Amino acid sequence: MESKDMKELKVSAIKEGTVIDHIPARSLFKVISILELQKMDTQITIGYNFESKRLGQKGIIKISDKFPSQKDLNKIALFAPEAKVNIIRDYKVVEKDNVQVPDNIEGIVKCMNPKCITNQENVKTKFTVLEKKNVTLKCNYCEKITDQDHFEMR
Amino acid sequence: MKNKSLISIHDYSKNDYLRIMDLAEEFEKNPRSYGNLLSGKVIATLFFEPSTRTRLSFESAIQRLGGSVIGFTDSSSSSVSKGETLKDTIKTVSQYSDLIVMRHPIEGSARWASEVSDVPIVNAGDGANQHPTQCLLDLYTIRQTQGKLEDLTITMVGDLKYGRTVHSLIQAMSYFSPSFHFVSPEELKMPNEYKMFLKEKNIPFKESNELGEVLKTSDIAYVTRVQKERFSDPMEYEKVKNAFVLKNEMLEGTKSNLKILHPLPRVNEISEDVDENEKAYYFRQALNGVYARMAIISSILGLK
Ligand SMILES: [Zn+2]
Repeated sequence: MESKDMKELKVSAIKEGTVIDHIPARSLFKVISILELQKMDTQITIGYNFESKRLGQKGIIKISDKFPSQKDLNKIALFAPEAKVNIIRDYKVVEKDNVQVPDNIEGIVKCMNPKCITNQENVKTKFTVLEKKNVTLKCNYCEKITDQDHFEMR
Repeated sequence: MKNKSLISIHDYSKNDYLRIMDLAEEFEKNPRSYGNLLSGKVIATLFFEPSTRTRLSFESAIQRLGGSVIGFTDSSSSSVSKGETLKDTIKTVSQYSDLIVMRHPIEGSARWASEVSDVPIVNAGDGANQHPTQCLLDLYTIRQTQGKLEDLTITMVGDLKYGRTVHSLIQAMSYFSPSFHFVSPEELKMPNEYKMFLKEKNIPFKESNELGEVLKTSDIAYVTRVQKERFSDPMEYEKVKNAFVLKNEMLEGTKSNLKILHPLPRVNEISEDVDENEKAYYFRQALNGVYARMAIISSILGLK
């Protein structure tokens, strides 16, 4: 009985699925919402405020039996540029990927220009990525710049 | 360009600029040959905020080509005041017309409209963002006065921080190896992003807060309004307002090909005594707006 409880509490390894590691703790809940984890029906384990040498405090997400597309995973690069994606098959990491800031972003963040149509009417934001390192976005509507210090979720 | 909306000056290439200018020139030279070019076409002019000058220029362009105009002159008299979304207004009017000219106070509204409209959109100003037909008429006017666009020295005077016409003109002129002088009050200097753009393209520019000397080496002086409400300190405005007024005597000793442009309306930044000087070209520039808009509309509709 005790051993079974321990096993469930440990929640560590998953048999098949995706583990997203190295998410800055402050971005974890944004990442959860970008990936729409709340809509998934498989077992998901979320770790928050884990110690990390590189990030200070990090978050980790383990999704059983689901393999989100690279395109979807790249969307989290805006908030978790250093995230590592591990593909797990039969308890083993069979693939390790980085996330990459895409060339175009739809939705996800707000345009920082309050006079922009996307902040006035029900219009989904669209940006062209000008700079991927210090992520800089140009709004396709008002043509103003939104930089990563001003990212705010839609 | 056919069936393509014109929302931003970036929507057009250098070749598109040249094509519009050539067509504007053709309309100007043969004003009577094209009176039926737009016959049977209905063009909507939707002015969600009033701008009499721009609207009249468009409507004149449409009517000179034989097209008809429907629309409204400010949103208080339309369904917009009843709370209709921009999307619904545009979608509806695009059923009634072959092309929509729109002016709207919200930035990005014209791009959004072009995504929901069934007919092409021509942006006649979306807030502080873009006003591409103004830019094309400025280019046309510069070429007309100088006989070329290459290797010109252009002095921009006034509000270089908020003036969208000067920003667009810098970008459009960048294809033609210009040099720039920027003359403005400290608070209204050319923003960094445009200076970075010029540096990247190796286009020389100088900044100063004094107009006299730089005029002598200029081919074009592009004057814009310095508005009081742009200053955080009204005293600062009072101090600088006269330093950026172009007076007739300042034109002595300037190059014979110098022309003075202004997007209009003027308040006091060009003295009225300049109007009689042959270097004053801003009213002619306004006329060019009609030719440029004739060219833009007819090429979008695929008629020229
Ligand atoms: Zn925007």
